[in-house]
Parts: sequence; C-alpha cells; structure tokens
Amino acid sequence: MFPATNRHKSDKKVNNRKVKVLINGELRSEKWMDVQVGDIIKLENNQFVTADLLLLSSSEPLNLVYIETAELDGETNLKVKQALTVTGDMGDSIKDLAAFNGEVCCEPPNNRLDRFTGTLTFTGQKYALDNERILLRGCTIRNTDWCFGLVIFGGQETKLMQNCGKTIFKRTSIDHLMNVLVLCIFGFLAISCSILAIGNRIWEQQEGSTFTAFLPRQDGVNAPFSAFLTFWSYVIILNTVVPISLYVSVEIIRLGNSYYIDWDRKMYHARSDTPAEARTTTLNEELGQIKYIFSDKTGTLTQNIMVFNKCSINGKCYGDVLDYTGQRLEITEQTDSVDFSFNQLADPKFMFYDQSLVEAVKLENTEVHAFFRLLALCHTVMAEEKNEGDLLYQAQSPDEGALVTAARNFGFVFRSRTPESVSIVEMGVQRCYQLLAILDFNNVRKRMSVIVRSPDGKLTLYCKGADTIIYERLHLSCSKLMEVTTEHLNEFAGDGLRTLALAYKNLDEEYFREWKERHHEASTSLEDREEKLDLLYEEIEKDLMLLGATAIEDKLQDGVAHTIEQLAKADIKIWVLTGDKQETAENIGYSCNMLREEMNDIFIVAANTPEGVREKLRHARSTMKPDSAEDELLCKMLQGDSPKVVPDESVTGEYGFVINGQSLAYALEPTMELEFLRTACMCKTVICCRVTPLQKAQVVELVKKYKKAVTLAIGDGANDVSMIKAAHIGVGISGQEGMQAVLSSDYSFAQFRFLQRLLLVHGRWSYLRMCNFLRYFFYKNFTFTFMHFWYAFFCGFSAQTVYDEWFITLYNLVYTALPVLGMSLFDQDVSDSWSFEYPQLYVPGQLNLYFSKTAFMKCALHSCYSSLVLFFIPYGAIYDTVKNDGKDIADYQSFALLVQTCLLVAVCIQLGLDMSYWTAVNHVFVWGSLAMYFIVTFTMHSNGMYLTFTSSFPHIGTARNSLSQPNVWLTILLTSILCVLPVLTHRFLLIQLQPTVNDKVRLKVRQMKAAPPPPPRRIRMRRTSSRRSAYAFSHAQGYGDLVTSGRFLHRQVKPRSTGFTPTGRTLNFSPAGRSAGYSPTAQNQNSKGDLEPTALQMYRTKQPSY
Amino acid sequence: MAASCWPASGFYREKKRNCSARTAIFDGGMMKNKEGEVANRPDNTAFTQQRLPAWQPMLSAGIVIPGFLVIGLVFIGIGVALFLGSQSIQVLESDYTGLNSNTPCYECSDASKKNCTCSIEFTLTKQFDGPVFLYYGLSNFFQNHRKYGVSRDYYQLSGDTAYFKNPSDSCSPYIYDSGVPIVPCGAAANSMFNDSFRLYQLVGGTKKPVPLDGKGISWWTDYNIVFRNPPLVNGSLAAAFNGTAKPVNWAKPAYELDTSDPSNNGFMNEDFLVWMRRAALPDFRKLYRRITQGDYAAGLPVGNYSLEISYNYPVIGFGGRKKIVLSNVSWMGGKNMFLGVAYLVIGSLCIVMSLVMLIVYAKYKFPEGDS
Repeated sequence: MFPATNRHKSDKKVNNRKVKVLINGELRSEKWMDVQVGDIIKLENNQFVTADLLLLSSSEPLNLVYIETAELDGETNLKVKQALTVTGDMGDSIKDLAAFNGEVCCEPPNNRLDRFTGTLTFTGQKYALDNERILLRGCTIRNTDWCFGLVIFGGQETKLMQNCGKTIFKRTSIDHLMNVLVLCIFGFLAISCSILAIGNRIWEQQEGSTFTAFLPRQDGVNAPFSAFLTFWSYVIILNTVVPISLYVSVEIIRLGNSYYIDWDRKMYHARSDTPAEARTTTLNEELGQIKYIFSDKTGTLTQNIMVFNKCSINGKCYGDVLDYTGQRLEITEQTDSVDFSFNQLADPKFMFYDQSLVEAVKLENTEVHAFFRLLALCHTVMAEEKNEGDLLYQAQSPDEGALVTAARNFGFVFRSRTPESVSIVEMGVQRCYQLLAILDFNNVRKRMSVIVRSPDGKLTLYCKGADTIIYERLHLSCSKLMEVTTEHLNEFAGDGLRTLALAYKNLDEEYFREWKERHHEASTSLEDREEKLDLLYEEIEKDLMLLGATAIEDKLQDGVAHTIEQLAKADIKIWVLTGDKQETAENIGYSCNMLREEMNDIFIVAANTPEGVREKLRHARSTMKPDSAEDELLCKMLQGDSPKVVPDESVTGEYGFVINGQSLAYALEPTMELEFLRTACMCKTVICCRVTPLQKAQVVELVKKYKKAVTLAIGDGANDVSMIKAAHIGVGISGQEGMQAVLSSDYSFAQFRFLQRLLLVHGRWSYLRMCNFLRYFFYKNFTFTFMHFWYAFFCGFSAQTVYDEWFITLYNLVYTALPVLGMSLFDQDVSDSWSFEYPQLYVPGQLNLYFSKTAFMKCALHSCYSSLVLFFIPYGAIYDTVKNDGKDIADYQSFALLVQTCLLVAVCIQLGLDMSYWTAVNHVFVWGSLAMYFIVTFTMHSNGMYLTFTSSFPHIGTARNSLSQPNVWLTILLTSILCVLPVLTHRFLLIQLQPTVNDKVRLKVRQMKAAPPPPPRRIRMRRTSSRRSAYAFSHAQGYGDLVTSGRFLHRQVKPRSTGFTPTGRTLNFSPAGRSAGYSPTAQNQNSKGDLEPTALQMYRTKQPSY
Repeated sequence: MAASCWPASGFYREKKRNCSARTAIFDGGMMKNKEGEVANRPDNTAFTQQRLPAWQPMLSAGIVIPGFLVIGLVFIGIGVALFLGSQSIQVLESDYTGLNSNTPCYECSDASKKNCTCSIEFTLTKQFDGPVFLYYGLSNFFQNHRKYGVSRDYYQLSGDTAYFKNPSDSCSPYIYDSGVPIVPCGAAANSMFNDSFRLYQLVGGTKKPVPLDGKGISWWTDYNIVFRNPPLVNGSLAAAFNGTAKPVNWAKPAYELDTSDPSNNGFMNEDFLVWMRRAALPDFRKLYRRITQGDYAAGLPVGNYSLEISYNYPVIGFGGRKKIVLSNVSWMGGKNMFLGVAYLVIGSLCIVMSLVMLIVYAKYKFPEGDS
C-alpha cells in the first residue's frame, strides 16, 4: 500500500512536469503527459529531454546541441547532435516552426539506443535521418540555450522506455515457499479430516449405534452421513493449521522492518540529506538471501569525479603526505591541504596535500614549470570565464578537466583558446601560445600532442599519453629518468590511479615547416587520409623528453572497496554491468579491488563472431577447470528436471572475467547462454562493459533463470532501470541527478556503501526474524491444532473441540499474537557491529538454512511431539482423579482449561527459547500476554459473565475450581518442561558438536562482554601492481577537430589583448562564454536545485498500481 | 523454570549508548537550526536505531547443565512426594455391571427386570481413613460427545420459565415429549444416572446403616450460580413444573428426585448437578456421597460391609461398565499414580541428560576464540 502511493506520487510529479509546446503558432507550457507525437517542443539548457525528438534547430552554430547521456548509457562525456541544415535554418522563428510541414518516416519503436533510420520529407525533398539528428528521452541538454524538436516517439514508445523492461510484481522466495507450504497444509488438513471422518464412521458403527439409547441420532443421519458431516466439522475445527493471521502478521513484520530501513541513521547521507528508503515493503527478508549483486559503475561505484592525486616530475614523486619519520600518512579530512592563495585564479575546490610541490613551483623549478605548462597547453578543454577570474572548464572527459584544473591551481592557468592559440596565465603572467597543430587522440595512438609556439618564438611539441606508448618514443638520454618514473608509475598503479606520462620535444623551425606542409597535404588528401596522418604523427612524436607522470584518481564513492570486500566475505558475488568502456571498467575493477593483480588469470572476452565468443568462453572454462562437464551433457541433465538449476562449480584459484557488449550479445543467445553463465559463475569477478540497458536485464534474467539464487541490482541511472526491475531486488542510488532508477527501485539510498548495511544488517535481521517468526508461528498453530486431533480419539470423533470456544478465538488474536510480533520486530542474534565484523553470518540466508521445507517439516514434527505431550500428560494426570475435596475435576471444562493453560505456557516458553534479544517491549508482550490469558480466563469464568450472557460463557467457575488444585499446576509444570527438554538438549548438543558461525560469534560476543567490536579498521589498500591504465582510455576521438574548427567558439566578443591576434577567422575566441558549461570540476550546475525526477515515470500511471 | 536456561550474567544493558543517543537528538535539533539541511535525518532513538537495551540470553554450558541437574532433582523430589501422596490414598472399587453369572448383580443386568436390587459385600481389614467418598464410575460412556455436550438448555436450567415452554433447539431430540416440552430437556439430562446405593456395616449379623451425605457433592458455582429452580408457584415446586413433561428416561419428574429432602429437588438436586457436569473422557467417575457423619466421620472402621445397589441404569447395551468406588483423598486429590511416576521418570531423564551434556561438553566443546 505505502509503496504504491509513493510511486504514484512520484509518477505524478514527472507527468506534471512542464515543457513548452508549440501550439497554434505560440509556445505554451504543457504537462509532459500531454505531449503527443508530432508536437514541436522547445527545450532549454539543463532540461531533460521529454520524448524522443527529431532535432529541428538549436541556438548553437551549425545547429549543434550538446547532450549528456549519463542516464542512458552511463557515459559522462558530452555528446554532440546536429540538426539538418534545412530545419536548422528555421532557428527560433516561431512562425517558421509553426508552418513547418514535414513528414517523417521512421523505423518502428525499438530498444536500440545507438541506431535510428528514417527520412524526412520536407518541401518535396527527402532527407535521410540517422542517430545524429535524434535526441533521446533521458538525455539532458547541456551548453545549449534552446533547441526545438519534433516528437517522434512518446511515452512507452521511447527508446528509453523500450529499454526499461516490464514491471513485474515481485514476491520473495519465502512467499513462494509459503504458498507451497500452505497448499501442503491444505492437503494435510484434508488427510487429517478424512482420517477423523473414517474414525467417526467406525465409531458410529461400533459404539454410536449402541449408544443411541442415550444419544439418539438425528433423523436421516446414518453412520456414513455422520462421517461426511464430521469431515466438514473437522475442516472447520482444524482450519487453524492454515492461519489467515499468518499473512497479516507477515506483512506487519515486513512493514516494521521496512520502517527500520527508513529510520536508519547510518544509512542517511548528510551531504545530500537523503535517508534510505524502503520503497517496497514486501521484500525485506530477501535482502538477507542475496547471492548475486549486479552493479552499475558510473554514479554507483564511482562518484564520476576525477581528482588529480599525485605526480612524478623529473624523478621526484609528489602527492604523498609524509610524517617526520618519512612514513606515508593517510589523507583524511583533517589533513591540511595546500594553500593556493598565491594564485588568484585557483579553483577553491581543488585539494592537494603535498606542500613540496607548491614550493617547487614557487622556486621556479624548470621541470615542474614545464610539467604544468604541458598540462595547461596539451588538451582539448574549453574555458569559459563568466566573471573575471571565475573560470569554468568544459572537458570532454573528466580526466582532462582534472589535469587542466591541477595546472590551473599550480599557477599555470589555462584561460582561453582560439582555434589557433591558447592563452594561459603562467605564474601570474599572461602568455599566449600559438597553437600550430593538435595531434588528436585515438584509441590506437593512445596519446595526444600539441605543437605550440611560445610567445618568445620557441617551437615545442607537448605530448601526453599512456606510459607504454610514450616510453617507446622517448629520447635515449631519458633512460635514467624512465627507470625512476616507472617505479613511481607502478606505485600509482598500485594505488589504483590512472596514470599518464608526459613528454615534450623542442622542434626545429625548418623541420616543422616542412612537416606542416606535408601535414596539410595529408589532411586534404582524399585517400587514406587517416593512415597518412598517423604516419606523420608517428614521425614527429619521437625522441621525446620525459617530463614525468600524472596520477588521477577516478574517485570511488566512499567506502566502495571496503563494502565490496565485506560483501565478498559474505559470499555475495558482484557483477559490474556498465555502459562504459572496457578499459575504464577494468580500471575501476582494479581500484575497487575486484580485479587483482594476484588473480590467477583475467579472461577478456571481446570477439566479433559467435564462434569467437564461444571459443573464448570454452578456453576460459577449460583453463579454470579442465574436467568440467561439457555443455551438451549439462543440457541433457537439465532437460529432465523442470526447475532448471545450474549447480555452482567450484574452481581453485581466483579468476576475473571481462566481457564487452558485443560479445555479450552473442553470449546471451540461447545456444551459448549456459556456456557463458557457467564460465562467468566460476570467476570471482565479472565485469560486463559496453552493455545496453536491455542486456543488463538479460544478464540478470539469465542468472535468475539458471541459478537458484536471489539477485540484487543496484544502479543510479535510467540505463539501470531494466535490471533493477528484472532483479529480485532493485536498489536505486538516490540523491543525485535523475530519479529513474530510484523510481523503479525497491530500496533507495544515497551511497553504495550503505548496501552493506542494508544486506548485512537489515537484510540479515529481516531474514532471521521472518524465519524465526514462520517457524514459531507454524509451531504454535500446529501444536494448537494437533490437540483436537488427539482428542478426537476419545470423544467419538464427534468434532468436539478440546478447548473452550473463547480460547480458540483468542489464541491467535490475543494470547500469542504480540509476543511473536515482538520477536519478529526486535530480535537480533548479534548486534549490527558484529554483523559487520563477521560477514560470514550472512551465508545461512543464501543457503536458505533458516526456513525451508525441511525446517518446516522439523517444525511440524516438533509440534506433533509437543501436542502429544500437551494432551497426554494432562490426560494421564486427571484420569479417574478428583479434587482434593473429593469433587469432580475430570470434567470436560476443567480438562479444557488444563490443556489450554499447558499449551499456552509451553508455547510461551518455546518463544522464550527462540528469542535471543529480550527488550523491555518483549518482556511486556510475553508476560503481558500470559497475564492477559489468566485475567481473561478468570473474567470469562466469573459469575457475572455467566449471569449476563448465560449461554456464551458456560465455563463458569472452572478456573476457580481447577486452578486452585496443586496437581493442576504440577501438570502444567511437567508439560512445559517436557516440551522444552528435547529442544534444549538438541540445541545445546548442536552448539557443542556442530557450532554454526552464528553460535561462534555469539559466544565470542559473550566472552567480550561488550557489544561493539573494535571499530572497523579502514585499511588503506595498497597493492603492488604493474598494471597501469591511462586516462586517455576514457577519451573519445575527434574532439581536436571540434576545437580547431572553432565550432565551440560561437560568441562574438571584443577581442582581449592577448598579445596574439588571430588571423583568417571571423570568430574570435571568447572567454566570456555562458556559464552553463559542463565540467567535472564545476559541478555547480548540478546542484540540488535542479534535482528533479526525470522522464520515465510519466507512463507509470498507465500501469496498474497494485 | 525456563529462566534457568539463561546465563546468570546475561543482563547486558547499553547504558552508555543510550545516553549518547539522547544527547545526539539534542545535537540534531541544533544542527537543523544552523544549517537547515538535515530535515530528512531520521530520529536518533534507541528504538528507531534498533539499539533498545536488551537481555541476550544464550544456551551456555554453565547454565544448561546445572539447570538440568537442578530441574532433575526438583522433579524427583516432587515425584516422590506425589508418589507417596498417591500411595497413601485408599481405594476400593468394584465393578457391579453384572456381566458374569458369578457376580452379585448378574441377575439385575437383564434389562427387562425392574426395581432390581443387588448387594456387594466386602471386608475392610484396615481402617479406611475419612473422609471417605463414594463414587460411581461409568466407562465407554461418551459424555464428551459433542452432540451430547450441547444437548442442554442453560436458560432452562437457570430456572427461566420462558424456556420451560419453548426449550432450546439444542436439546434435540429431547425437546418435546408428544407435544409437551421436556424439562429438563436434552440428552444430557435425559441420560441421568439413576442407580442408588446404600452402605451398611455388618455388625454381629445386623446391618448398621452408614450415613451417606449427599449435600455439597457438587461444585459451589453449579449449585449457587448455574442451576436455579423456577420460582415456586403457590409454594409448590411441582406447580412450577406444570405443563412440562419429565425426560423420557426418568422414572420421576425433576421435582420428585429426592423424596426425603424437599430442598434437594428440581434443578437443585445435587446428583443431577454432578451428572450435568459432563466428563472429559469416556471413562469417568462421579461423586455419589460423602461419608462424614456419625460414627463414620473419621472413616470406615475395620469390619464387614454390604453395599446395596438399586440397579436401574442400563450400560450393557452400549458396552459400558458400571463400578462403585470408595476412596479418600490427599493434598493432591484422588489417587493417580501417573503424575508421580511421570515426575520421577522425567526428573531422572533430566539428570541423565545433564550428565550426557557434561560429557559432550567436556569432550567436544568447540574451540573458543576462533571463528
């Protein structure tokens, strides 16, 4: 109920979001839900795209629109879309747009995010449309004042929604089990009733027919008919084995445990003021059974912030804070950061902790200066300066932004650029470098260079790139420096940082002119242009002089590595599914400690053909486990049984597994999915990169299908919605931009690290409580009901109840309801801090140890034993006996009272044994319920009640008469002890002989006599790793062209006195661009004010809200 | 008893934490004013943070083994007391159904005989300590049958004359006797036991009657609250029953049950009350008389006795048995060896178990400290 209303609210919020729609020649503000296909809508900067649009025109030159697609595919760099010139010419002329009369033919709605085909017929001409012209719903407009678009797909038909997967009604495995059990119980009920009916038939034949003198049969009732009636009477009496209150109680418990999640302060993120939220209240106990976690990367594991962390300049390493003994200190929030006040243009958000680097800069160390000069010059970043000194960088990749920002703070401020110049402020002095060439990045080159002429006329090539690539091109004289730098690089890599080597080369004027000519020739040639250019670049980028290396941290969310380690200890498998590139994903794998250098092997599956993929998978599997069964064999094995479950295969050693999206598409084919699943499951770590949202869901579905395991998907963006919906449990990261993931999730919180608390504490407790509850609930009801069964053999199978009617009514409702609820709301085996200390405590949940069919059977047998004790001990005790004043006590009413009192005391004691955490509330509930029983019983057996409601309370005086008898109390005592005796013995011996983790930890807790274990040590993870990755991997090709073409630089501003006058261009560089640029170091535009749920939910309202 | 399973020192309270929780709430309020950013922060209470102080008992060897031992010893003690108490009770019982031809009541067991009397003679070689109770016992009689149980009218039995004319349907099939409402209606009343007994001591060839006390044999609540006679009409109980029929099996109407004592009639007849308190099991005994008066107040002295039975109640037809029981009681009620034996057995079992546990614990106790 609660989650449904919540969802409804947020859906409504999205549906009612406003967008400007062109109607009858004027722009009107309309609700999102009223937008229709064919509408022309106007979008403004930082707005979410409402629907899939055909871009018509934009404020930018060349009809460009910049968009961010993080919500769609997890990539954070800006992308460019361009409108057709023919539509772009309309600009923002409302008249023209209103008169626009084109016809769009396109493909039917589909889920391919990277492809679009269609045609636009306009003024008799046909124009081809491709993905370049389409703005997809879920994107965000950046750096663009306005743009107009024509709605092509709306609502469910948008590619985003097509990728979302179906919303399924989630039920927990306990629910399924419970349904099965309830069916079994019904069967059992039918059998019991049949037995009793047959008993009645026999009794009627043998006894009843002769007893008619005292108890005549009713007219028309013969023995068989009486048996038939008896059957139904017993159905009514024994129906307490199928307790309706079970379902109600289960929901109450889940609700309570959900509230605990909402209330948990340790899952509250103060910075974003976001508490955790249980959006679904029916899945709690499954949180304690998670076996597979599917995690998104960007925004979930990482913060998507790059931080310039360390560097090595001329053989000296900067960035570590050392104490006086030379030990490396851990950097915490208390550590003093470097004071950049000497630099007016410094970015105040930039933090660096090593003072020595600033001193080196101040001392005008040549290499250090050259190092930062390179960083300030060699990049494709755009700068915007709203006010004097208030710089905003727009970088194509966050890494670049981080490097340029670092240079800025150390006194080499990149201020502005024109297509032909770069102007920087070097230690307070404005200098302008002539930009002669950009040797752009691509995936093969893995480096970029710029060739600049300094104000004093020197020609220099600055190059940065992956260290291996740079090292190949270094001058021989650098070999010594190379060695030292390599050491530093290894160290950086060991810390999980992205490294980059920097080098420069002074160019000879003559040589350069000649090279430039050839370059011009090559760049204008029509054939093999790329190859020719590559050759030219190759030629000039050699004999470089090494300057040093940078180390950038792709900042993980707080505590990610620790959380992953904890979850791994709890035997939870984590798969990373990301839309990002393979290299970035791998790198994050390393920095989260998911991939490790010491792993036996890391398989990378990246093939273009199904055969290739299969080959790689086979190879991986045979490497890990040469004797593992062949697919065909397994298939055969699976065909027989209807629930197909692929067993876990254990391998010795640790392996990593990385697969890219294209290979994954093949691997998910029905013929190969088993191969893929088996291989992947053998590996410790699985990373899928470049996957589409739908593939994420497919992977989850695959695991759900073949593994009898509970899955959890966690993500933050629209691209994670499908897997969040597909998994048993979906978790959304809230508090950031966009809310799609949160809106379709079952649980949401602000930080990935809260996952460990959600699972290891809340999940585990919920599971434990639910199982304890179920076991106890079945126990108490079975025991209660079995007694009727035994009594049937002594009352002629006449459907005589063994208790009085009021007890039957109140047993579940009053006498036993609260104690068990108290247990299921407050019970804890060990405290939360111990749960963290021993994540292994989580494992029983994954194995379904606490409540399963076996546990249920045990429970039923236990009840059977208890009911035998509870019936036959009182039977023996009152047989042929009398009160101590000689009067009757073996009467039915006294017997009923005795039996029900024994039962209640026994189930209360059993509860006490099951409960390991007695809070004051539990005490009140348990003792209160017992007291309540006696109070109610004495009240109902009182004279007053009989005189007022004569026929309703015929048991008058029974309590007084029999509870005053010592042998009644001795019977109660005997039955209670006899009921718990075997339980106690069994449990005690089990603890001694086969202690579970749980028992051990509890014993340890007792020994420590104190709840909080030593606060979790945050061990700084240091790894020795030779593996390195360069920032450049997160880079895309082609930005250099944009920079030099001047497309970015569209504003006419009066030229500043830069000492360099650009020639031959009409567009001047302007540092006073708009403030709206996107840059990782200036996230202010992503502040909370803009936070709004995005797209997606608009269509939720159409789906049934249960 | 259950509490003895818990460790004695198990009371752990998180006092310190609790205090800090309280101060933190205060802090939270302060911060809210300062920054205005923690609006959504959950409250820091022991309840919401699941840190309520609690007692965390555990099944440790130090508690379970001695606990079992103590329970065992206590149980054996109780068992001995119960056993001895039960042993001291004297019981004399005799089946007088008369199935066998050599039994005194064989002749009377023929259902066709009316007003048959038979007598059982017995000798007490030992003083039978008083107070002595005389019970009749029936077996294979299903007073606990559901239909038998409901076949009565509580309102009628509480003297409500409205129900004299229209007895409750639950009394079926004994509601009307040829159109006249039956009072008391129902199978329970209809099947009332109607044998009667007289006890004589044989002193030198003469029969000396032993006075049997029929007063106070029923529950106080039954006699004073549940059963009420209808208001007398013209001072006559019989008139109050006017327009009603007696139960079909009864020889006399309700107001003539005890001719010797007018106050012991109608629904206040104690034999009737005892009968109407239905038994839990198909074999039961019910109090018939107490021997508390005259020479026999202290019990039945040694000697020969004769019990004269007026045999009316048919049981052979449904395979039942009738017996007569003389018994006295102890502090724990009538003679019942079961409870004492059960206590002894379970007490010993506890002790054996504690020994087994001790051995297991000493031998296999899991290595502490590693996990």
